[in-house]
Amino acid sequence: MTIPSEELMCSGHKACQGCAGTLAMRYALKALGPKTVVTIPACCWTVLEGEYPYTSLKVPLFHTAFETAASAGAGISAAFKAKGRGDITVMAWAGDGGTFDIGIQALSGAAERGDNLIYVCYDNEAYMNTGIQRSSATPYGAWTTTTPADNYKSRPKKNIIDIMVAHEIPYVATASVAYPEDFIRKMRKAKGKTGTKFIHVISPCPPGWRFPSNMTVKIARLAVQSRAFPLYEVEDGIYRITVNPKKVIPVREYLMAQGRFRHLSDEEIELIQKQVDERWQKLLKKVEESRE
Amino acid sequence: MDEGERMNEMKIIIPKSTGSMLINKTGSWRSSRPVIDERKCTGCLICWKFCPDACIEPGEKPKINLDYCKGCGICAEECPFDAIEMVREEK
Amino acid sequence: MRMVLTGNHTAAYAAKLARVEVVAAYPITPQTQIVEKLSEIIARGELKAEFIKVESEHSAMAACIGASAAGARAFTATSSQGLALMHELLHWAAGARLPIVMANVNRAMAPPWNIWCDHNDSISQRDTGWMQIYCESNQEVMDSIIQAFRVAESVRLPVMVNLDGFYLSHTAEPVEFPDQDEVDKFLPEYDPEDKLDPENPFSYGAMAVPENYARMRYNLHLAMQRAKRLIKETGAEYGRRFGRYYDIVDPYRCDDAEVLLISTSTIASTAKDVIDAMRDEGEKVGLLRIRWFRPFPLEEIRKVAGKVRKICVIDRNLSFGFEGAISSEVKAVLYSIEPRPQVYSFLMGIGGMDVPPEEIERAIRRTIDGGAEEFNWDLKGLGF
Repeated sequence: MTIPSEELMCSGHKACQGCAGTLAMRYALKALGPKTVVTIPACCWTVLEGEYPYTSLKVPLFHTAFETAASAGAGISAAFKAKGRGDITVMAWAGDGGTFDIGIQALSGAAERGDNLIYVCYDNEAYMNTGIQRSSATPYGAWTTTTPADNYKSRPKKNIIDIMVAHEIPYVATASVAYPEDFIRKMRKAKGKTGTKFIHVISPCPPGWRFPSNMTVKIARLAVQSRAFPLYEVEDGIYRITVNPKKVIPVREYLMAQGRFRHLSDEEIELIQKQVDERWQKLLKKVEESRE
Repeated sequence: MDEGERMNEMKIIIPKSTGSMLINKTGSWRSSRPVIDERKCTGCLICWKFCPDACIEPGEKPKINLDYCKGCGICAEECPFDAIEMVREEK
Repeated sequence: MRMVLTGNHTAAYAAKLARVEVVAAYPITPQTQIVEKLSEIIARGELKAEFIKVESEHSAMAACIGASAAGARAFTATSSQGLALMHELLHWAAGARLPIVMANVNRAMAPPWNIWCDHNDSISQRDTGWMQIYCESNQEVMDSIIQAFRVAESVRLPVMVNLDGFYLSHTAEPVEFPDQDEVDKFLPEYDPEDKLDPENPFSYGAMAVPENYARMRYNLHLAMQRAKRLIKETGAEYGRRFGRYYDIVDPYRCDDAEVLLISTSTIASTAKDVIDAMRDEGEKVGLLRIRWFRPFPLEEIRKVAGKVRKICVIDRNLSFGFEGAISSEVKAVLYSIEPRPQVYSFLMGIGGMDVPPEEIERAIRRTIDGGAEEFNWDLKGLGF
């Protein structure tokens, strides 16, 4: 086994078939172990975790309001510190809506203060829980119910990693459910640090991205191999690429595997390829510059 | 018991869930189920690794718990040895 | 020990005596000195607590909610816009049954911007499930915050302790400090059974079907009602320990009153002088000061008001197009009393307008003489 065997998430949860968000949680909890408390704001996980009085997690889970993953997490962390239980790991677990949009204030506040918690954003790139509406994490060109026909998302995906790195926190990283060993290593690294740690996991969503449920892991892999979603970490300001795709796949293959990009013209796909290439070059530059 | 006594006896009910969602047998959701070909299976456990419902039991050879398997097909797609086939459920 | 302290500093020292463990607060006039004094107290090591310098009031309440759920005694303070920003989470704190205590410095809501005192901020929150106290003096602020934690932790409901902006928050009065050891006996360490703890994992606040939701809401409703008895018991025990007795209401010369004034906060404390002056002239008037507004003390109001013919209510809050909350609620509570006393509603002090004794006296006299309308708002001096 290349990942820990203990399961802290059980079967019977209400997630859609092929949900990457549950894979992500499964890996995150394997990395952190049972001495963990999770706080979850409004998002898919709010509903899929179970229904009162049943739960699908074997660690304490505190449901909180939409904007407050980081602020409730900060409160929980402070309480444990005050009570001498600093040995408990606090993980704020939010979707892209609760991280990039409505929750960004609380996240920025916690990061600026350096509140001791691990913040994981499982990103399915839209407000999936409420039926696929766009968020600021929705990528350029994607269809959503609020960016429908001819009105596709025209603004770029918000660069949350740059935003978090700007807060000068000890650890920021991206992850993909197709690379669980890399994700778990990063979670464990985060656990070993004090302060605010931020991990951004790409979580392909079959109903939202329009692909059959068996392709979730494959698409999470294509995201990395096409460099649309590079896997890297920024540890105390130093950039490091953690998975360098040996065979680089054209972004077309990643996009065309998903129904939400079906409408893109060749020009638009070329534009997206250009954007992906530019961002990759910028990332390489950051890796080089931060090494000095 | 009068109102006053009932209020004294009243426990505080907070919205806390201690039961397990294992009572929710999601196996009824699927329209196809994974079938492992034991001859091709090497016990690499990649299927176990990628199951979003944590319903594959790791062992010498993996065993899929059909009470919970939603039939997403990820295991079949990811198996490097083509040892899993998705078979349509009858009915 | 006695000190001359402003209401804000008093609130900070009360939180210290209550040994709060997590404070998450954001500055807003006229509350800022609470936050500053607490920061100072913690920095000096006089209080062992975590102070989260949150970036908004919404985060302040969220952090208090998280901290309280994790088993720590949590405290915050705010005012007006800040309280309004917390609104969603006030519902959350009560629904999650968390015994958070918050000092709210009553201040008018904008726009136009106004930093002075009125009660629309806290009255607007009366349906959230929070208990509410209105203080008439800084001594009462000190004593109420300590009692609030005790009541909150017993019924698992949060408590808002209100003090008038500037009239109390910034006015220095002599305040007697209860002894820390005695406070520790009165208010033991907070260590709830149901707290976030990996040794005892559960999911807190998950989705519930209507039947289960209704059960929980009913439980909350009963808790509020049950709290009334607890409030009286706590106030009595506080008196035995510290020499100052408190009840859910503060009746002043009501025993043989024929005309009653009902009000809260500093308007009520000013009114006590008015009552004395009118009594000296032979008028049989009394004041029923409402301390705990939630849970609403309907039994006490029925008991006292049931014996009078006329009631004058002074509100420092308004539900636009209608009337002040205390007026409405008093009338609702007295509806079934036979014979029903006549209730006259007066609005004063909106936006921090001064409420001098003469104006209070005028309202009572108009009530007695029959010159009062059902709803009275006198702005003649302002050209209306």
